[in-house]
Amino acid sequence: MSTPLVARPQVPPRRPRPSQSQRAFAERTQRTLWRRRLVNRVMVVILGTAAIVATLPLLFILFHLVKEGASAISLDFFTRMPKPVGEAGGGLANGIVGTLILVGVAAAIGLPIGVGAGLYLAENGRTRLANTVRFLSDVLNGLPSIVMGIFAWQFLVRPIGHFSALAGSVALAAMMIPMVTRTTEEMVRLVPVALREAALALGYTRWRTSLTVVLRTATAGIVTGALVAIARIAGETAPLLFTAFGNQFWSVRLSEPIAALPLQIFTYAVSPYDEWHALAWAGALVLIALVLLISLAARFATRARFGGMGD
Amino acid sequence: MTDDAAVEAPVTLRETRETSAASPARLDTHALNAYFGAVHAIKDVTLALPDRRVTAVIGPSGCGKSTFLRCLNRMHETIPGTRVSGRVLLDGADIYAPGSNPIRVRRHIGMVFQRPTPFPTMSVRDNVAAGLRILGKDTPGKRETDAIVERALQRAALWEEVKDRLGASATALSGGQQQRLCIARALATEPEVLLLDEPTASLDPLSTQRVEELVYELRRDMTVVIVTHNMQQAARVSDMTAFFLSGEMVEAAPTRALFTTPADQRTEAYITGRFG
Repeated sequence: MSTPLVARPQVPPRRPRPSQSQRAFAERTQRTLWRRRLVNRVMVVILGTAAIVATLPLLFILFHLVKEGASAISLDFFTRMPKPVGEAGGGLANGIVGTLILVGVAAAIGLPIGVGAGLYLAENGRTRLANTVRFLSDVLNGLPSIVMGIFAWQFLVRPIGHFSALAGSVALAAMMIPMVTRTTEEMVRLVPVALREAALALGYTRWRTSLTVVLRTATAGIVTGALVAIARIAGETAPLLFTAFGNQFWSVRLSEPIAALPLQIFTYAVSPYDEWHALAWAGALVLIALVLLISLAARFATRARFGGMGD
Repeated sequence: MTDDAAVEAPVTLRETRETSAASPARLDTHALNAYFGAVHAIKDVTLALPDRRVTAVIGPSGCGKSTFLRCLNRMHETIPGTRVSGRVLLDGADIYAPGSNPIRVRRHIGMVFQRPTPFPTMSVRDNVAAGLRILGKDTPGKRETDAIVERALQRAALWEEVKDRLGASATALSGGQQQRLCIARALATEPEVLLLDEPTASLDPLSTQRVEELVYELRRDMTVVIVTHNMQQAARVSDMTAFFLSGEMVEAAPTRALFTTPADQRTEAYITGRFG
């Protein structure tokens, strides 16, 4: 491996001078090279360390969860209800199903609204309404999740008079909407104007162009954004505290309080019982596995070559 | 190459559509003006575009030739803040008349852009069929669509190259193939007029040649208007040439006459390369 000399125009000596100055020059060049190599090494080590440290928390958490929680995971964990304190065994079937229902309903509410709003923002970006919506949606995105819970409590729990799965889903959907709105807008904006014009020139109406050409071209990106949003709300605890509330028993009804994994993890983790601690660890492990699975699905969705073609 | 284009597609299924092309289509502009906000981009252009001929529109960058083309199928108005006045007659009917539907106009006047614009989520076949799907109750069935797609691809001299991968993504084709795909897509709905906006500007010389040969073939059954930067191209493919300069149409004449004995000094200056 030969390193080329530092590119410096070699000025021919005006007078035939002894090689002393030349030697000095070569020495200086060598020293500069040395310094550059050293700086390069040091920087690579520093940045590499930062990169590793950035992923350490995840590795650490995973390691810990597997160590503490894996023993509690069995078929029972997924199929059985929690047992009263003191009895061995039992699972978190209600929490797992509850989380799936909560997230599913939240996605059913949040996705159409988020994608619709994003499409509107991308297509009518300069109107005053669009600017307002964009700003508010950014504010909403930064709002603490517990505030979403309070919002849902105020509008759904209090008027109805009791906690419900629906209220929890609405709180989660409210968290999801701004995320989906902004990613949809970004993705739709990436679709070239030329494509839109090509569709219009073929005699497509404006809405048809938006739906069949623009939205479809942006689908992979939108799906990824949606899955990331779903993964994020799946682990939320705060918005559920006084909306879905949690439920010790089996319930799949939207109008009743419903169990949720994050809530159960919280309850079990702060309890004084060892069996419950194990369940909390296992619950956390399952939750992370779920999020990981969704992230992988997002990866897969972006890689899909061209969106499933019809007829 | 030309052999492909000359291959006659099975005509049986197409008979009904052919009849409409029998009545001569012709495009006329009368005192056409176009604006971008306050900018007067097209000034009082009156021009008759002869049927079954290729008309080339030449002129320096920013002279309004693309805008003029976009006025012919009402694409200009899709840009916010733009305005058009004057008349554009397609077979004697003003496409800007109140009650005239721009969507319908665009189905009769096809357009191909400077850069190839295949729909990336669609296969080769579905790209060509894209214009057929939106015809409402006139949308042909699957078998008829297949026949139309084959015919359109043959007219665009692309059939031989893609017949074995009609289901592949359109983005897998080369740039030149993509452009011919876009031409096939525009041809599938059998428009009376085809507008080409610098169709070879982003293509290599070989692909350019193919598209030019194609344009030359198309004049047999339709009116073609081609905007081009390239005067040699205008001379090669067109029957008539219109020269535009800062929004005005300076001169329009049979191509040979315009290039050999231009009537206007500005035209002569431009074609002899003194500016632009």
